[in-house]
Parts: sequence; structure tokens; C-alpha cells
Amino acid sequence: MTRLCALATVCLLPLICASNFAAAECGIESGSVRVLSNDIDSLGVVLNEARQCVSDTVNVRINRTTEHKSIQVSALAIDPAIYSVAMVSTNTLPPLLSAGLVRPLDEYVEKYGQDLKPDQLIKIDGKTVAIAFMANSQHLFMRGDILSDLGIPPPKTYQEVLNAARTIKEAGIMKYPLAAAYEAGWYLGNEFVNNYLGLGGQFFEPGSAEPSINNPKGVQVLQLMKEMTEYMPPEYLTLTADDLKKLYLDGKVAIINQWGSMVNSHLDPNGAAPEISDATLIAPAPTLGGYDIPAAALWWDGFTIAKNVSDEDAEASFRAMMYGMRSSVANEHPNAATWLIKGYQAPEGAKGVLDTISSGGRPYPMNPFMGIMHAALGSELTDFMQGRESAEQALADVEAAYRTSARASGFLD
Amino acid sequence: MTHRSFFSFMLPSLLAMFLFIVLPTGSIIVQSFYTEHGKALSLAENCGPFGCEQTTHIDLAITEELREEAPLGKFNGLGTYLDRAHLAVDEISKIFEESESAGEVVSRIYNLPFYKALSFTIAYTFFATPLAMMVGFLVAMAVNNIPKKIKGPVIFLSLLPYIVTPLIGSLTLFWMINSNGIIGATLQFIFNDPDLSLKASPVLTWVTLIVYGIWHMAPFPFVVYYAGLQTIPQDTMESAMIDGASKWERIRYVVIPHLFPLTTFLALVLMMDNFRIFEPIVGFSAEANATSLSWSIYNDLNGQVDKLYGSAASTSVLTVICVVILLIPVLLRTWRSFKQKNPDGSAS
Repeated sequence: MTRLCALATVCLLPLICASNFAAAECGIESGSVRVLSNDIDSLGVVLNEARQCVSDTVNVRINRTTEHKSIQVSALAIDPAIYSVAMVSTNTLPPLLSAGLVRPLDEYVEKYGQDLKPDQLIKIDGKTVAIAFMANSQHLFMRGDILSDLGIPPPKTYQEVLNAARTIKEAGIMKYPLAAAYEAGWYLGNEFVNNYLGLGGQFFEPGSAEPSINNPKGVQVLQLMKEMTEYMPPEYLTLTADDLKKLYLDGKVAIINQWGSMVNSHLDPNGAAPEISDATLIAPAPTLGGYDIPAAALWWDGFTIAKNVSDEDAEASFRAMMYGMRSSVANEHPNAATWLIKGYQAPEGAKGVLDTISSGGRPYPMNPFMGIMHAALGSELTDFMQGRESAEQALADVEAAYRTSARASGFLD
Repeated sequence: MTHRSFFSFMLPSLLAMFLFIVLPTGSIIVQSFYTEHGKALSLAENCGPFGCEQTTHIDLAITEELREEAPLGKFNGLGTYLDRAHLAVDEISKIFEESESAGEVVSRIYNLPFYKALSFTIAYTFFATPLAMMVGFLVAMAVNNIPKKIKGPVIFLSLLPYIVTPLIGSLTLFWMINSNGIIGATLQFIFNDPDLSLKASPVLTWVTLIVYGIWHMAPFPFVVYYAGLQTIPQDTMESAMIDGASKWERIRYVVIPHLFPLTTFLALVLMMDNFRIFEPIVGFSAEANATSLSWSIYNDLNGQVDKLYGSAASTSVLTVICVVILLIPVLLRTWRSFKQKNPDGSAS
């Protein structure tokens, strides 16, 4: 019996020590860390590390849910807030800012943020409101084998994408060489945003919530989107990014503008279709209309700390997150995301996102009413996409729908 | 029964109805008259991983002050009901002024979100309700006439569509009608049209949703009719047979009249059920071609980062009003037949 106990102790000792060691490395004396996060793998990598900070006096609780968007404002509004950390991205931070639920982080950055690069700090009016640790954007995934067989150089602009699609179709290789995430709703709105940014367009009158998309640039975007659909499977208005992945790996389509965060499953040599993954080329998002802006919005993911929690919990939370996003984590999981973390050695797969950023991609607009605009785009562009109304009418409808919602939310009179 | 004992029997139920029906409905009605406060906007420099930009932000101090003064929000009266996302009064009067033909009026009104949702909701209710009842009746007749031994399993199988959760059922069917799916590919083969897609055209999407609705709902009328068939008086049947009535005549003059009261009940329940069609639209990703009132409410609350409570509340109230209008003919009918049976009005 005693021998058994001794054996158990010896076996468990490294485990106990390891966890104590991690907790010690976090350096948190006490506090409660409660995280609300979207349920995606790359965020899980950081959160699993942050979880190591748990000890007798530090409590870490993590809720990973795809419904985070719909609960974050209510959950952080009460005092004390249910969560001390909200994992946010470009479009989920504004609702928290609008409701005044975010704590200024400058004090913590100064104390514990030695490893942060200046561009990781999301600052508004000079005050740090969130910390970013990964970047994301859409970019081109192409079947290099098909392109080289037909002697087509990898396309860089949307015109070249369309030409390549025509050649592939005429050669009889594929009936629908293109596909895009055009599902009515968020995805369709998102594709408009990508292309409109690529034309250097502005969604609102500067300094106000007045929409300004019913203009020649908006029409040009819609015409391009419509032209693309000639080379897409007929049910394009039901395709999400996941459907896009299936079509591509199934060998049904040749060129897609897909999310960089999904690069792993497209390039995985042990994945669903190794021969397609092997032949895949990645490149920045295409440009359009003679501009040299890649037509894909840039996104960041990061975290922010709730205002309505005790200073102790806020500090513990910040330090746990810093521990979760140290550079060794990024380098142990180089393919999990395009990390913005200091010292990250970017692998080949991260090139698509990094090149889209470096060749002048524009960030997804971060203002309190962009979400309303996005929703209006998603629901009002479908009639145009199906040929039931003109581009001008569709854009007028978007502006009208936006105005209605913006009035209900108090942004317009 | 004395008033006293009547109330002591009714009190728990009245209390529950007040708590779970009157209060929430009341709060939704109140909510529908309010919108959010006007927000003070200001420009600020916004810096992040992709550089700095001037962006618009909300001035929190001013907004907070307004919110404390009037926590419900800004009173908007019927404003939300009349705006473009709901009854769209201004837009409609403009359409009537500008349009040259009736067709143009219809297509432009259909372009407004509330009327688009209403059109599909009504079409769905009016096609799926009678057709599901018809299918249910036919299945009930068939099951009633099969040998006793296999009745149990057949009844269980016929009930399956009703047991499957609508969201799961529609997702499964959505994959099957995919051009690679078994139904989609078969249809392409039958019609010899490789571009045929049930998901692409508005008409086919409507048909798909309605067929799905019939499939899903038919077991309910089936069970009710099947139960009704067990109560048919055998004497009447036998005398009809002796009088030389054919099988069809027996159905027409004995079975159907006997089941008629059930039909009114079924029509009422199914209409209410069908009017709140929602899950199949999500399951079939049918938003581009078909939306419903319930879907609009969901979209206001969950379709975007920002929630539009006032708008969702107004749509809810309008839905309730529509349901009441829809049920009036059926209710009137029930009332009239009740009066006929009890001319003095006593409900005993």
C-alpha cells in the first residue's frame, strides 16, 4: 500500500510540478479570469495556454461559443460582469465600445506588455482598448496544376480571374471554375465590403453615419460580382466559406477567394484531397478596377478587458492573456493562425494573409454603425444578384434599409 | 358552480396566463413604441495592426446621460410600425404615385422587406395547410384499411416526419437536394437539365419549402383523422352499404361529414403553426428567395452584431395581428355552428 502511494506520488509529481510551474510563470498572485470567446481553433490555442495560469488562488473559466456575439454586451453590462475577458475582432469590439463596457488597458500594457509590438495595440484617441494577436483576411487559393496546363499565369486582378475562368470553362475542364462565399446575409454583404474597399470606396460620409455607397464604385462592384456568378455553380447564393472549401477540395472549382484562417485545411497534405492541396497556389486577394488595393478586408482578432470587474480580476486577466499569447505559443502552432505576436516565424501558409496586408489591403471599417450597413448589404443585394433589379436600385435599397435600422439604433435622425 | 369555487379552480391558471402570456406580450407592445436614443458621434483616431484612420465613435458621456433620463429609450409612437422595414407607408404611397402599371406596383411593394416576408408567409400557410390536411387524411384512410399486423409499424413510420426537429429535417433535405445529393441529381437526370438547382430559383425554393412543410406537418392531421376514423358509427356505415352506397359515396357522405368538426380544429392549429414558419428558411439557406415574419424577427435580434429590439417587437405585434385576422373566418365559423347547436346560448 505504501509502495503504491509512493509510486503514485512519483508518477503524479511531474504533472503537479508542471502545472505549478506554469502558474508560477504567469506570475499572477490571485484573481478570477473569466473568458468569453468565439469557438475557433486559433483562439483555442491561446486560451488553452492562458488556462495554464490556474492555481489555488487563480481561477480560470473559459466559454467558447459561436454565439458570443449575441451575449457579449449583456454579459459585460452587469456589475460585476460575468466575463472579465472578451475575445473580440474588428467587428465585435465596436458594440462593446458603444456601450462603454471596455476598460482602458494602457496601465497594464505598461506594466506587463513588454512583449507587445506597438501595432498590436488597438488605440482609440490614443487610449488602448484592445490587444490584437492575430490577423486574418481572404486571399486567393488556385489550382496551380490547371493554370499551368492551360498556360495561364496566376491571376492578380479580378479581370485576370475572369479571363482564367473563361479559359478553364472553354477548355472543358470545369463547368464552374469559380465560387465565392455569396450566401445571402452576412457572407454576401462581406463580399461587397471586400470589393468596395478594393476600389478605395467609403461607406459613410466622413464624420457622420450617412451612407454613401450608391455611387459609381458601388455599381462597379455589383457588376463585377454579377459577372463572376456566370462562372459559379447556380446555387451560389447559398454558399458559405465552409461550402467553398468542400467545393474546392472536391475538385469542382479552380479559383476561390477564401479565408486565410482556413488555409490549413486547404493545404493539409493529410487532408481530404492531398493531390489538390499539393497543387494549390496561394496569392494575395486580387485587385480590381485598376487600383492596386487587394480586394479583401483585413481583420484582427484579440481581446479586451471588461470595465465592470474588480481591478484584481482585470489585472489577472490581462496577465493570463499575455501568458497565452507569448511568442513560443505562436511558434509552436505556426499554422494555427497568422499571428501578430512578436518573434513569430511565419510559415509558407501565412503568406496569403501577410502579402494581402503588405500589398496595401484595407482594414474592415471599425465604427459603431458598420454592422448595420453590413446587414443591410446582406439582405438587400440578393434581388440584384438574381437579376431582378438594377445595381442602382439595389444600392438605393441598401441605403434605405440601412437608414431605417440606423434610425432605430439612434445613429440617424 | 359557485363563483368562489370557480375562481379557486381558475386562479392558478389565470396567474400562469398573466405571467407567461400577458406580461411578455405587454412588454413587447411597450417596447415596440420605443427606439434607441440618438447617439452623439465624434471623430477620433483609430490605430491598429493595419495603420491609423480617422473613424467615427459614440460620445459615451452624452449617450449615458440620455439613457439614465429615459431608460426605455426614445418614444417613437407608431414610427417603427410605419418605417420601411415594416408597413412602409411612405414608400408605398410613393410607389402608387410613381408606378405606371399594376405589375410595377406589385413588384415594387414585394421589394419591401415586410411585404416580401408576408407574401411568403401567407403563400406557405395557404398551400401547406390544406395540402398537409389532405395528405394526412389520405394516409389515415390508407392506414385504417391495412391489416392489423403491420398497423403499428406503419403508424410509427408515418409519424416520423413530425418527430424530426424542423431544423434538422430541413438541413438533411437541403443536403439531399444539393446538385450532388440524391434528390438533386435524380431531378437533373429526369429533366435532363444539368443546371437544374432547387436552391437557385425563387419559384423552386418556394415549392421546396412548401413541399417540406407538407411532409413535416402531414403526420399531425393523420393522427387526428385516424383517431376520428375510429369513432365512425358502424351502424351508419352498414346502413349506407345496405342502401347500396359505393365506397366513394360512403367516404363522401358518411366519413367526411363525420370528420368535419376535426377539420375546423386542424385548420386552426395548422394555420397558426404554419404562419410562424421559420426553421426551414434557416435550414435551406433560403433567405435570398423566401423570408417569413418569424425570420424577420430572428434577423433583427440575431442576424447582425447590433440588435434591433424595437423593430423585432413591432414585427412581433404585426405577426400577432396577422394571425388574428387569419383566424377570424375559422373562429366565426365555429361560433356560428355553436350557436346553431345551442340556440339559447347556454354552454352546457
